[in-house]
Amino acid sequence: MSAAPLVAIDTLTISLPSADGQRLFPVREVSLEIGRGDIVGLAGESGSGKTITALSLLGLLPPGGRMSGRIDFEGRDLVGLGPAEISAVRGRDIAMVFQDPMTALHPMLSIERQLTEHLRHHRGVDAKAARERAIELLELVRIPDAATALRRYPHQFSGGMRQRIAIAMALCCGPKLLIADEPTTALDVTVQAGILRLLQRLRTELGLSVLLITHDMGVMSALTDRVAVMYAGRIVEQGMRGDVLGRPRHPYTYGLLGALPHDRGEEMVLRPLEGTPPAIGALPQGCPFHPRCQFAQPVCRTAEPALRTVAPGRAIACTIDPLGEMAA
Amino acid sequence: MGNVVRQSWYALPSLLRFVLRRLAIGILLCVGVTLVSFSLTQVVPGDPVAASLGDYASSDPATVEAFRQRFGLDKPLPEQYFIYVTNLLQGDFGQSLQTRRPVAADLAQYMSATIELAIVAMTVAMIGGVGLGIIAAVNRDRWPDQVIRVVSLAGVSVPTFWLSLVCLYVFFFQLGWSPGVGRLPPGASGPMTITGLYTIDAMITGNWRVLGQALSHIALPAMVLAIYTIGAITRFTRAAMLEAFDQEYIRAARAKGMPERVVVMRHVLRPALAAIITVSGMAFGRMLGGAVLVESVFSWPGLGEYAYRSALALDLRAIMGVSLVIAAVYILVNLVVDILYAVVDPRIRLG
Repeated sequence: MSAAPLVAIDTLTISLPSADGQRLFPVREVSLEIGRGDIVGLAGESGSGKTITALSLLGLLPPGGRMSGRIDFEGRDLVGLGPAEISAVRGRDIAMVFQDPMTALHPMLSIERQLTEHLRHHRGVDAKAARERAIELLELVRIPDAATALRRYPHQFSGGMRQRIAIAMALCCGPKLLIADEPTTALDVTVQAGILRLLQRLRTELGLSVLLITHDMGVMSALTDRVAVMYAGRIVEQGMRGDVLGRPRHPYTYGLLGALPHDRGEEMVLRPLEGTPPAIGALPQGCPFHPRCQFAQPVCRTAEPALRTVAPGRAIACTIDPLGEMAA
Repeated sequence: MGNVVRQSWYALPSLLRFVLRRLAIGILLCVGVTLVSFSLTQVVPGDPVAASLGDYASSDPATVEAFRQRFGLDKPLPEQYFIYVTNLLQGDFGQSLQTRRPVAADLAQYMSATIELAIVAMTVAMIGGVGLGIIAAVNRDRWPDQVIRVVSLAGVSVPTFWLSLVCLYVFFFQLGWSPGVGRLPPGASGPMTITGLYTIDAMITGNWRVLGQALSHIALPAMVLAIYTIGAITRFTRAAMLEAFDQEYIRAARAKGMPERVVVMRHVLRPALAAIITVSGMAFGRMLGGAVLVESVFSWPGLGEYAYRSALALDLRAIMGVSLVIAAVYILVNLVVDILYAVVDPRIRLG
């Protein structure tokens, strides 16, 4: 990647107040770059910090949340922006699509209102121009009979159609980065494929950069260029999609992919990852993954490994790197 | 034939269909109310004839018989009811035993005073309650919220009759800010009757002096009457807004970069409106009840006063008339509430 990336997140740490007055750190020292026209996947189980990382790009942390580090977006640091400045970035430069289109669209506002209100707010266009733009976008995301659709309400559309509308809504102001948080999780499998093709096409047609958050490795491999895997608030593995998904090097990624070679034979046995991720307030000593790690050594209980580059464009946070030989 | 009716019914716009259906239900309810009010007056202890004629005249059987015949009290019950309903349909609510005037005329006169009081009180309560509720929800758990919570709790807890007396004492006797009881100063004549609402009539006829008098007289009783409703609407508005704040579509609206003011007033308030409408409808009904107490303290010549005096005098026709009117107002308010739901929420309108 020769040109400067669109977004460069640099050692981003997020803290939130907990009920007992302590501060919790759901995201720790995360660094991630998203190039122009790139689709970068962010994987991990619930609670790994992927959604809150995405929300931090929009300055939408929960009440009391604080960020440190840098989020470089086209030469500006988003971390230091005031409420009015970050609000001008939201929806205009960086837009977001949420997991469940059933709840992410306002049930009582017309499609037209929801598609055009931010366009009118950010760009100051008049109602007529905004409507034309909305129709154009609905056609782009393949909503039939766009002009009629504008007058309708979310409950009159199916889940897949609603997600298309939500994507059109996100694209209205021509953002450079689209954050898609589990955009297909709430949908039927057949509908999922359509949404994935749509995202793929938008990247090609609009040169859009996408940060795709998902725990679904199938979705990940279908869409992304590069993949970062998060565990307990940190990135534990990062690299090109084919490398990370094809030859995982961090034991967590390996477990997440769910396929373990049973022996030297051809047969592969699926084995789900045992256990649950730790609570962010009660991380185990050493590597946060070691209680669930099948390769854990005594050293894993003492020191938390830093993310280190192990190959060009490839980094893992594992002290012992048990899969290194296999991957190499 | 039935098919044609059916087809043309479904050709109507869905909102109109909704309204017509509700209207039909409302009329049925009104019929039910006449039945209930009629039955209740038959079973109350006490003889209206004796109450009306007084001790001396009611001791004369001939006078009693003549009275019973004159007012149809000698007929069988179903017939009495049938006559009553037929008369009602012609706008005849019977004659008041007490005032010797048609009940319809009494109702029209007293009703307008109550309606005026209730409308002013409701307007104050809606603006105050929704405003305070929004402020409380936006400042959740911070000091404005705490203050508003205490005030609204006090508002719903204080008995209306007590508050009436205290307010009258403080603002009239002690501070002299209020001009005192009644609708107008003693001896002043009201504006020309158009709607029966003094403030509106004074405005229509351009009678600014009377408008000022009417407004200064209505302010205190309306405030007192509004206090409970302000409390109730504030609490419901706050709760409904907080629920809406947690919805994913609010986060989506913020993610679009909409200013917080627009998010609150458009995205959060909209879903909260359904709850606000419900509680306002209920509060309006309660307000008519509370009006009885406020009216008697402030000598407000309204329906509550009339009902109270009619009940003491066992004036059955008047009591039935009052019940019917109040029930009709309830039904009407509920109808309006249902229609407003449909206006606010497309899922009801189009569902």
